[in-house]
Amino acid sequence: MDIQNPKFVCRDVRVHYGDFEALHGINIDIADRGVTAFIGPSGCGKSTFLRTFNRMNDTIEGARVSGSVTMDGQDIYDKGLDPVLLRARVGMVFQKPNPFPKSIYDNVAYGPKIHGMTSGKAEMDALVERSLRRAGLWEEVKDRLKIAGTGLSGGQQQRLVIARAIAVNPEVILMDEPASALDPIATAKLEALIQELKERYCIIIVTHSMAQAARVSDKTAFFYMGDLIEYDATEKIFTNPGDTRTQDYITGRTG
Amino acid sequence: MDQIILYILILMVVLTVGGFIYNKNLALDRYLSSRAHEEIGTTLLKGSGWHSQASYHGYFTAWVVGFCSFLLFVAGLYFRNGSEVYDLIWLALVLASGVCIVFLLNRKISPEFAARTWVERFIHFCLIVLSFIAVLTTFGIVLSLLFESLRFFSKVSFLDFLFGLQWSPQTALRADQAGQSGSFGAVPIFAGTFLIMLVAMTIAGPVGLMIAIYLSEYASAATRKIVKPLIEILAGIPTVVYGFFALLTVGPTIRNFAETLGFSVPTQSALAAGVVMGVMIIPLISSLSDDVINAVPQSLRDGSYALGATKSETMKQVVFKGALPGIIGAFLLAVSRAIGETMIVVMAAGRAANLTGNPFEAVTTVTVQIVALLTGDQEFDSPKTLAAFALGLVLFVITLILNMIALSVVRRYRERYD
Repeated sequence: MDIQNPKFVCRDVRVHYGDFEALHGINIDIADRGVTAFIGPSGCGKSTFLRTFNRMNDTIEGARVSGSVTMDGQDIYDKGLDPVLLRARVGMVFQKPNPFPKSIYDNVAYGPKIHGMTSGKAEMDALVERSLRRAGLWEEVKDRLKIAGTGLSGGQQQRLVIARAIAVNPEVILMDEPASALDPIATAKLEALIQELKERYCIIIVTHSMAQAARVSDKTAFFYMGDLIEYDATEKIFTNPGDTRTQDYITGRTG
Repeated sequence: MDQIILYILILMVVLTVGGFIYNKNLALDRYLSSRAHEEIGTTLLKGSGWHSQASYHGYFTAWVVGFCSFLLFVAGLYFRNGSEVYDLIWLALVLASGVCIVFLLNRKISPEFAARTWVERFIHFCLIVLSFIAVLTTFGIVLSLLFESLRFFSKVSFLDFLFGLQWSPQTALRADQAGQSGSFGAVPIFAGTFLIMLVAMTIAGPVGLMIAIYLSEYASAATRKIVKPLIEILAGIPTVVYGFFALLTVGPTIRNFAETLGFSVPTQSALAAGVVMGVMIIPLISSLSDDVINAVPQSLRDGSYALGATKSETMKQVVFKGALPGIIGAFLLAVSRAIGETMIVVMAAGRAANLTGNPFEAVTTVTVQIVALLTGDQEFDSPKTLAAFALGLVLFVITLILNMIALSVVRRYRERYD
């Protein structure tokens, strides 16, 4: 699929865990702005692939990535590139909400603090408020910023984690099954939030819910057994898939 | 031991096992013959109308026989007068009662009898009794400490003991001897205890914590596998070995080093004992802290890395914060270990009850004084020996409080992540 000015260009990306090859040479271009969804059955490598975009696989012992991944034309696996700086540009939201054992305020302020993004308390207050507003959580927590982030509900925690990611002003937000631990109402709120965020950020979302992929994404990539089977506009994938394996998966015959 | 006691014990086992086998097989026979249709070779309980499996009828018999013969055994031991006739009657009684019970219980074997429920009740009862034994033992120790201490406090005032600044427990052997009433101010020896504990924690705290951080966050799996057991070897060294290490190696080294600087320092000092004690409790702190650091979920580290935090930022601000209550718990346990430690201080700290904050001087600790007070030819009701119980009581209260705080802190921490 042809994409104008892609944010990421991946060529022959392979990921090994020890001797096991989890991804067998993925080629894909990811658009800047908008939502790209990765779908596929469990163990197909979609989460592994997502973690190559911010080099989170580096933190797993025995994981190796080969091939090339470029972001705005720059190889993110270049030896001279500091993964710490990359992760400041590519934020990530995980499957299970993982707020730090700190207050709501400190959770959001954590990233800006370590990157030295603000000078003074007033600026930080403003940044925290802006991030929480963008994550759609401000109204619910503005009177209790000092309580522990772990005391919020699951859906609120997940939006807090998104606020935390937004606060470091990333260009990309990776989401690894962000709604799988949430109830339908919290999920709906989260999906509405993704719709707003896609105006500003490049969002890549891994999801097990076909309906969610269809609702929130602009483009969908279908992974199967470590291969990228099909990648196209979401509408096309869900109405007229080109591969029978995609067809079988989205109609529920496999996976 | 008398042979008769051995015979009775063997008889009890035989009766119990025999009762089990006999009544189990009997139950099996009745159960099979009561089945409506023939399904040879199966002992399935389901649908047969029997409440309990045959083996439970056997267990029930075994419990009753075992329990009754145990009671008879204990009663017999109590009333024993040494005559052979008595012993033979005793043996016969155990045998007869066991056999009678087995046959009496035959009648109980029926579909309705809830043998399984009864067996479970027996087990429940035994578990309660066993846990009571542990609790009662603790109570016994505490009470004996308490009563002996009260005897001590009837001779020496409680306030003088707790706040007195002079510790010299020598009492006169003859009434006309000089200095006949010793002075029992415990402040110097508690000060010595805390001084050594402080030295030990100054060594063990940072070192143990850093080891834990290295092992859990930085070391590779292979390194960890080798280093962790090696460190834990430190915990397996007998404390008496640490003691003479402190006395013969560390103490003289400190003294010689101080001499080259022009100071005079005794071989036995708070510093020598404290340093070695610190080495001893390093594995306690590193192991416990390593466990709590590992218990911090990986997802928190991932969240921090994903925000562009470095490993050390993640460690300092997220992992450490999450593990802090557990680490505090580990430190408190280490403190109570240091306070209660005896052998190292007996050998390396000295016996002079100096009230000092200078770690280069010889001090003495509560445990050392207890050893000193009880190893001697004193009569048992002199204030000198009774003082040991008072010291023990105060020490016990202190470590008890520390352990309670530590455990509650650790528990609160666990609740948060499970």
